[in-house]
Amino acid sequence: MTDIPVPKDIPLPLPAPEPILIGVLVFFFLAHIIFVNFMVGGSLLTLYYEIKGLKDKAYDKLAYTLASTITVNKSLAVVLGVGPLLAINTLYTVYFYSANALTGDYWILVIPTVISAFLLTYVHKYLWHKMERVKALHIMVSALANALFLFIPLIFLTNINLMLFPDTWTTIKGFWDGLFHVGNPFPRYFHFLAACFALTGLFMVWMFRRMDEEEIAAIGFERSVLIRKGYQWAFWPTLMQFVIGPTVMFTLPEVSQPIGKVYGMIGFGALTAMLMMFFMMFEVRRAPDRIGRSFNIIAFLMVVVILFMGSGRHLYREAAVSDHRQLVHEKTELYMEQVREAEKNAPKEEEE
Amino acid sequence: MDFPIFHLDLFGNRALIATIAILHVLINHGLAVGMMPLIAAMEWWGHKKQDPRWDNLAYKILFVCFIITTTVGALTGVGIWFSASLINPYSIGSLIRVFFWGWFIEWLVFITEVCLILAYTLTWKKWSAQGKKKQHIWLGFALAFFSWVTMAIIVSILGFMMDPGNWLTHHSLWNGFTNPIYLPQLAFRTPLALAQAGIIAMFLALFFIKKGDNFRLEALRGLGLWSFCFAPFVLLGGWWYYSVVPDSMQENIGVSMMTLQFTEWHEKFMQIILGTVVLIFIVVQVAIFRPRYLPRWILIIPLFSIIWMTGHFERVREFIRKPYIIGRYMYANGMRVEDYPLLQRDGVLAHMTYSHPLSEEEKKLAPEQISPGGKNLTKEQVDILLGRIQDGKNVYMNTCSRCHTGQGVNSLKGQFQRMMGDRDWDPETISAYLDIMHSQPFMPPFPGNQADKDALAEYIRHLKYNDTPVPGAQNGGVAVHAPKAQAQTMPEAEEKQ
Repeated sequence: MTDIPVPKDIPLPLPAPEPILIGVLVFFFLAHIIFVNFMVGGSLLTLYYEIKGLKDKAYDKLAYTLASTITVNKSLAVVLGVGPLLAINTLYTVYFYSANALTGDYWILVIPTVISAFLLTYVHKYLWHKMERVKALHIMVSALANALFLFIPLIFLTNINLMLFPDTWTTIKGFWDGLFHVGNPFPRYFHFLAACFALTGLFMVWMFRRMDEEEIAAIGFERSVLIRKGYQWAFWPTLMQFVIGPTVMFTLPEVSQPIGKVYGMIGFGALTAMLMMFFMMFEVRRAPDRIGRSFNIIAFLMVVVILFMGSGRHLYREAAVSDHRQLVHEKTELYMEQVREAEKNAPKEEEE
Repeated sequence: MDFPIFHLDLFGNRALIATIAILHVLINHGLAVGMMPLIAAMEWWGHKKQDPRWDNLAYKILFVCFIITTTVGALTGVGIWFSASLINPYSIGSLIRVFFWGWFIEWLVFITEVCLILAYTLTWKKWSAQGKKKQHIWLGFALAFFSWVTMAIIVSILGFMMDPGNWLTHHSLWNGFTNPIYLPQLAFRTPLALAQAGIIAMFLALFFIKKGDNFRLEALRGLGLWSFCFAPFVLLGGWWYYSVVPDSMQENIGVSMMTLQFTEWHEKFMQIILGTVVLIFIVVQVAIFRPRYLPRWILIIPLFSIIWMTGHFERVREFIRKPYIIGRYMYANGMRVEDYPLLQRDGVLAHMTYSHPLSEEEKKLAPEQISPGGKNLTKEQVDILLGRIQDGKNVYMNTCSRCHTGQGVNSLKGQFQRMMGDRDWDPETISAYLDIMHSQPFMPPFPGNQADKDALAEYIRHLKYNDTPVPGAQNGGVAVHAPKAQAQTMPEAEEKQ
C-alpha cells in the first residue's frame, strides 16, 4: 500500500492546447505578481517613509505620494490574478484544488483578509490629511494593512508548495502544518519580499521620472534624489537575492524528474540580473541631470529576469508533478473505461 | 468527488458560497452595472445644465461605489471562485473546461472595466479642470457598457448551469452559451440593476445633500425618475424569465412533487417582483412629487425589498437546477450522471481515493453502541464497528456533505431526529429511510450500492450519539482509502441473518 494518493482527473478535455494554457499561466501570472510586488512593496515603503516623516516632513510627503499609488496597483494586482487562476485551475485541477481543500479555512480567509487590507489602505490614503493630528493612529492603520499584506503570501505559498507534492497530502492537517512541513515556503517568501522592494524601487524611478516639476516640488526632494532612492531600493534587495536565490534553489525538495533546465533558466536569470545591477550602479553614480537615462534598459532587463525566474518556476512545477500526472491520467482512463462498461451493461441488468 | 473534501459542519458548505455570491451580486448589480450608467448620466446632465451640484453628487456617489466595488466587490468575485473550488471542485473544474474562453474574454472585459473605473474616478477633477468634460462623460458611458458586458457573459454561464441546452450532445462552448434561459435572465437582471442603482443613489443623496438645500429635492426627483423608468422593465423581464423557466425545468425533471414545490416558489417569486415594483413606484412617486416628505429610512424599504428579491431570485435559480449542479450532467453531490451505473454497481467506496479519518473525538462510542442489548462488544467487534463508521463517514463525505452537515444546518442528524425521534436508530430502518429520501426529486439518486448505504446508516446512527462536528480535510486531513474495510460486517448482523 502506498500513501501517495492518485486521484482521478475531471474527464473533460482541456479547452485549448496545453502550451497555450501554459503561456496564459506563466505570462499573466508574472503580470499579476509584478503588481502584487508594487502593492506590497509600496505599502511597506509608505510605512517606512511615514515613520521617517515624523522627523522630516519631506519624507511624509514622499510616503503620501507612494500611498497614492498602492490603491491603483492593488486593483490591477487583483484583476490580473484572475487569468492565471483560471489557467492553473485548468492545467493543474487535481493538484491545485487538493491543496486548496487541505488548507481550506485559510484559503478562503484570503478573501476577507485582502478586503480588510484594501479597506485599510483606502482609509490610510484618503484620511491622510484628516488624521494629521492622530499620526500614531494613522501609522497604526498602515502597520495593520502591512501585517495583513505580509501574511497573505504565506497562504498562497503554502498552497503552491503543497500542490507540487502529493506525497505530503496525507501527512498534513491544515494550513500551519502545510506551511511548516511542506517544501520551502520561507526561503520563497523572503525571495518574494526582496522582489517587492526591488520592483517597487524601479516603480519609484519610473514614477519620479515622469512626474511634472510641480508635483516633484510638492514632495520636497530633488527629482534626482528621488530617482536615486528608487534605484537604491531596487539595487540592495536585488543584491540580497544572490543569497536568497541560491537558498531557495538548495532548499527545493527533490523531485522525480531531472531539473537541469530549471537551473539553466535560473542561471540565465541570475546573469541577466547581474547585468541589470551593473547598469543600476552606473545610473546611481550619474550626475543629477543625467540620472534615469538607462531606466528603459534596466526595466527591460528586469522583465527578462522575471521571465527567466517565472519559466524556471514553471519547469520545476512540471518536474515535480509530471510522473504523478501520468498516474492520474492512467487512472482516469481506466475509470472511464469502467464507467463505459458499466453503462453498457446497466440496461441489460434492468431487463433481466 | 475525488478530492480531499473541504467541509464546514456548522453553517454548511452552501452557506459559504451563498453568502459570498449574494454579496457579490448585490454589489455588482447595484453599484456597478446599474450605477455606472446612472453616474455618467448625472455627470452629463450636470454638464448640460451647467449645474455643478449634479457633478458633485455624481462624484460623491461614484467615490462610494469605487471604494466598495474595488474592495468587497472585486474580492467577492474572486471569492466565488475560491469557495466554489472548495465546495464543489468537480463542478467548477468542469465548468472551467467548458467555459474557459468565455471566462477568459470576461476577464479581459473585467480588466478593461477596472482600468476604466480607476481612470474615471481618478481623472474626474483633473479632466474637469482641464476642460475635458465631454471626454470624461464618454469614459463614464464606456465604463457602464463594459460593466454590463461582464454581467452579460457571466449570466450565460449561470443559465448554462440551470439548463445546458444542446451542450450535452454537442459539447461546444457556443451551445452552452446560447442556452434557453440566457436572454430572459439577462432581460431581468439588467433593469433590476438599473432600478436598484436609482434607489441606492437616492439613499446616498440624502446623506450627501443637506436638509435645507433645494437641490436635495431636485436630486430626489431626478433619481426617482430613473428608477421609475426601469421598474416596469423589471416586471417585464421578470415575467419573461418566469414564463421560460418551467419549460426548461420540465426538461430537467418532470416529477409532480418537484413541480408542486417549485410552483409555490415560482409564484412567490412573481409576487415578490410585483410587490417590489409597486413599492418602488410608491416611493419614487413620493420622491418625484413630494420629495420633502421622503425620510431616509423610507428608502431602506424598497432597497431591502430589492435585496430580498435578488436573494430570492438566486434561491429559485439554485432550486430549479436541483438535483443537479450542472443540469442533466452532474448531480449536486459532484457525481456525474454517467458515473452512476458504475458507482451503484461497485459502490462509491470501491472507487474512492481519499478517506477522511475519524478524529479521536469522533471515535468515541456511546454505551448504546458498545453494549447493544446489555451485552458488551469485544475489542475486535468495536474495531469492526469503528471500521464501518469510518466507511459510513467516507460515504457521507463523498455523497452527502455538499448539501448536508453532520450536526449543523440542514444536518443528517436533524433529518433523522425528525423522522426517528429519541429511540435507538436502527441502521436497517435508516437504510430504508435513505431509499425514501433519495426518491425525492430534489435529491440526487443515491450513488452507491447497498453496502455503502449500510455503512452510511451505521454512521448516521453514530451521529445520534456523538455530537462532534464533522471535520473537513482542512482540519482532519486525509488518508489514502483502503477499500478492504468495506467488506467487514458486524458479527451481530451476521448472527441475525
